Amino acid sequence: MSEPVKKQYDLKRREMPKQPPEVRRYNFSEVALGYTPELAIEEAKRCIQCKKPSCIANCPVEIDIPGFLKKVAEGDFVSGIRVLKDKNCLPAVCGRVCPQEEQCEKTCIFHKKGGQIAIGRIERFLADWEAEQRELEMPQIPPRSGRKVAIVGGGPAGLTVAGDLIKLGHEVTVFEALHKMGGVLVYGIPEFRLPKAIVNREVEYLRTLGVELVTDFVVGKTRTIDSVLEEYDAVFVGSGAGLPWFMEIPGENLNGVYSANEYLTRLNLMKGFLFPKYHTPVKAHRKVAVVGGGNVAMDCARSALRLGAESRIIYRRSREELPARLEEVENAEEEGVIFDFLTLPLRYIGDENGWVKAIECQKMELGEPDASGRRKPIPIVGSEVIYPLDAVVCAIGNSPNPLIGSTTPGLKIGKKGNIEADEKTGATSREKVWAGGDVVTGAATVILAMGAGRSAAKSIHEYLRSLSRIPGNGS
Amino acid sequence: MFRVIASQMIVPNVHLLTLAAPAVAREAKPGQFVILRAEEEGERIPLSLSDWDADGGWITVVFLNIGATTARLASLTAGIDIPTVVGPLGNATEIENYGTVVCVCGCYGIGSIYTIARALKQKGNRIITIMEARSSYLFYWEDRLAAFSDKIIHITRDGTKGHRGHLARLPEIFRGLEEPVDRVLVNGCTFCMKRTADETRPMGIKTMASLNPIMIDGTGMCGVCRVTVGSVTRFACVHGPDFDAHQVDWEELLQRRKTYMPEEVVPLRTSRCEERHFKSQEKSHE
Ligand SMILES: Cc1cc2nc3c(=O)[nH]c(=O)nc-3n(C[C@H](O)[C@H](O)[C@H](O)COP(=O)(O)OP(=O)(O)OC[C@H]3O[C@@H](n4cnc5c(N)ncnc54)[C@H](O)[C@@H]3O)c2cc1C
Ligand SMILES: Cc1cc2nc3c(=O)[nH]c(=O)nc-3n(C[C@H](O)[C@H](O)[C@H](O)COP(=O)(O)OP(=O)(O)OC[C@H]3O[C@@H](n4cnc5c(N)ncnc54)[C@H](O)[C@@H]3O)c2cc1C
Ligand code: SF4
Ligand code: SF4
Ligand code: FES
Repeated sequence: MSEPVKKQYDLKRREMPKQPPEVRRYNFSEVALGYTPELAIEEAKRCIQCKKPSCIANCPVEIDIPGFLKKVAEGDFVSGIRVLKDKNCLPAVCGRVCPQEEQCEKTCIFHKKGGQIAIGRIERFLADWEAEQRELEMPQIPPRSGRKVAIVGGGPAGLTVAGDLIKLGHEVTVFEALHKMGGVLVYGIPEFRLPKAIVNREVEYLRTLGVELVTDFVVGKTRTIDSVLEEYDAVFVGSGAGLPWFMEIPGENLNGVYSANEYLTRLNLMKGFLFPKYHTPVKAHRKVAVVGGGNVAMDCARSALRLGAESRIIYRRSREELPARLEEVENAEEEGVIFDFLTLPLRYIGDENGWVKAIECQKMELGEPDASGRRKPIPIVGSEVIYPLDAVVCAIGNSPNPLIGSTTPGLKIGKKGNIEADEKTGATSREKVWAGGDVVTGAATVILAMGAGRSAAKSIHEYLRSLSRIPGNGS
Repeated sequence: MFRVIASQMIVPNVHLLTLAAPAVAREAKPGQFVILRAEEEGERIPLSLSDWDADGGWITVVFLNIGATTARLASLTAGIDIPTVVGPLGNATEIENYGTVVCVCGCYGIGSIYTIARALKQKGNRIITIMEARSSYLFYWEDRLAAFSDKIIHITRDGTKGHRGHLARLPEIFRGLEEPVDRVLVNGCTFCMKRTADETRPMGIKTMASLNPIMIDGTGMCGVCRVTVGSVTRFACVHGPDFDAHQVDWEELLQRRKTYMPEEVVPLRTSRCEERHFKSQEKSHE
């Protein structure tokens, strides 16, 4: 932070046009409409091109932020996208879902004055502009190395590894358990926040590059990793953290109590909001409570609203501790989601037909900070309240699915069910097996999963090259 | 894409579909299931594996035409492709030498218990198969099951074959056997499994049922398939589908399976077991 912030700097962040709350709360179309070229240029011009840019270090994939902002400021979008894509293969996604306020924008030199450059919005603009212009550049792919890599899971981690390795000349196959590629980007994050067309575009790009995409294939069931390794030189596991947690309180198996994964999968992957055109049914509830305070909870609460319900978030800490992206919290508030902070569910109450009809909660107060640095909620005795409702979505977290661990001998698994992998390279305890993304870190972010994918791809590439140097294998 | 190799209605409203799914066929074991989608806009539904051939690369499912997806599946003919067949999912049925095993089956369960009975026989068990249906014309695969059964007993509600009545006749059928039964397995609709559990519980015979809750992914991701077994919540797709039938909370399972009843128009039904069950329950509420 060497540059002094002077008064004459333009500190006004350009707002991004959005659908008005009273309109968007009734549709599933994207909320944010994105910058126009003029707005993007204006916003990019505010960047003062710091000599030691403090923004870059806080981007997990270290994008040359002033580099692409400069190009945008000059109106040279083609060069801008090149700078961006050098480090980030999914800018249209990251520009939309990165928690920028915690990352790149937090360390922008203007942050203290509230005028941090809207890096995410410009990133998103560039990516969308490129897609519209159809000036997608095909990279030069080196001659085939003859090496084959299998990737488990078609989420951001797996897709990043696939993109990097195919561009280095290796043969790549992605095995995905569901019937669509994209991981949480297609089954979890709703259409109104991340249109599925954007994810499909990125997936199709990989297909044109020659990546083999195999859906409906559960590694560990359809085939084990050991069996895959008979055919492939290396495996990358990016199977995410897809196992939903429940609160383990009474009444959790009543009809109308969902995991966030079920609720969102019905809507997004199965397109239940278009029922009956799409055949997977979704219930029309009237009052929905979502338990939790992260991105997942916001997505569920805002989906419930769009399906016509009164929607409330029940969170045991206060607004400040909400782990969700700030923008999504604000969007939810604008749209009319009710927030019950410092509230902890105790039990679900059912009617005579086995349907949930109410939730009993206890009020909390904040005590001393706990290990995570957040102030610990403490129950207030005698503060029980009962809310009537007809559905509950439990969005309190996910952990990695144990399937890969339990079917891969010698793969070291941590206490929380995560695969243990080297932080820098993604190498696991098993030879020829790498891992990265949520399956290693537990539920985290898209950009961290991509960053892990990128490092693993580098390490896998080095390993494959070392194979070629073995005498007799040519070089 | 997965190609339909053969499609046939084997008895009224029960269909057989043979699909090219080499990866599934290679790994399949008795008691496992697949999840499939009949078309691009379709729902994902679980069906048990009723047969397969690893070398031929095919699998067979037998299903009751009951709703939108199964109706669509029933209409398929050889040569058509369907978008999703994923598996084999769930755990294989435990196959040991127990002694004498009774396999109770009805409806689609006649198909889905076939490979289980076969594997149990090959392991040295004595197999007694008890088939249940509304009427004798709804039995199928009797020859296939006969090949691995030491004895086949029929129950029909109209008395057109074997014992007349419902699974309530199980105790007297068991009493009439010349040998003690070491284990019971039951495949079929939820009510058929619940009833079997109710009848074998007082006899103290270990009974395993292949549960059929609503499912989406079949890999432990969504939790919709949760069932209570011995007061613990389990995900049927990854912890099952087989569970100790005496420990299952059957009322909860029956209830959870009804979640989408109002949304899913049920166009055709031959087995009305559940309906009868709930009617009698409703009466007792009044
Ligand atoms: C509702 C929701 C909202 C979110 N919002 C944000 C946000 O706004 N910003 C943000 O940065 N992050 C957000 N996240 C988190 C982010 O989506 C994840 O951190 C990220 O997707 C992790 O990527 P991944 O590739 O490790 O795993 P995933 O995206 O989970 O992908 C893993 C893939 O592997 C597949 N798979 C699993 N097991 C197997 C197997 N055995 N064989 C084959 N395939 C398998 C899965 O089906 C899945 O497709 C959100 C998450 C959720 C659920
Ligand atoms: C492990 C397992 C194995 C099964 N094996 C067989 C089999 O071999 N043959 C067979 O005929 N049936 C089997 N079933 C039941 C079968 O999945 C349902 O009959 C089927 O989903 C009905 O779908 P539908 O769209 O035709 O009917 P719908 O009209 O959608 O539903 C009719 C009823 O089926 C149940 N159901 C609906 N959707 C699902 C779903 N996604 N998953 C599970 N149940 C659902 C509900 O109780 C519903 O009320 C199995 C179920 C499970 C869990
Ligand atoms: S990838 Fe995310 S953190 Fe990095 S610059 Fe883009 S929005 Fe910021
Ligand atoms: S984005 Fe902010 S920190 Fe980065 S170079 Fe521009 S002004 Fe400096
Ligand atoms: S079907 Fe989704 S967890 Fe079992």
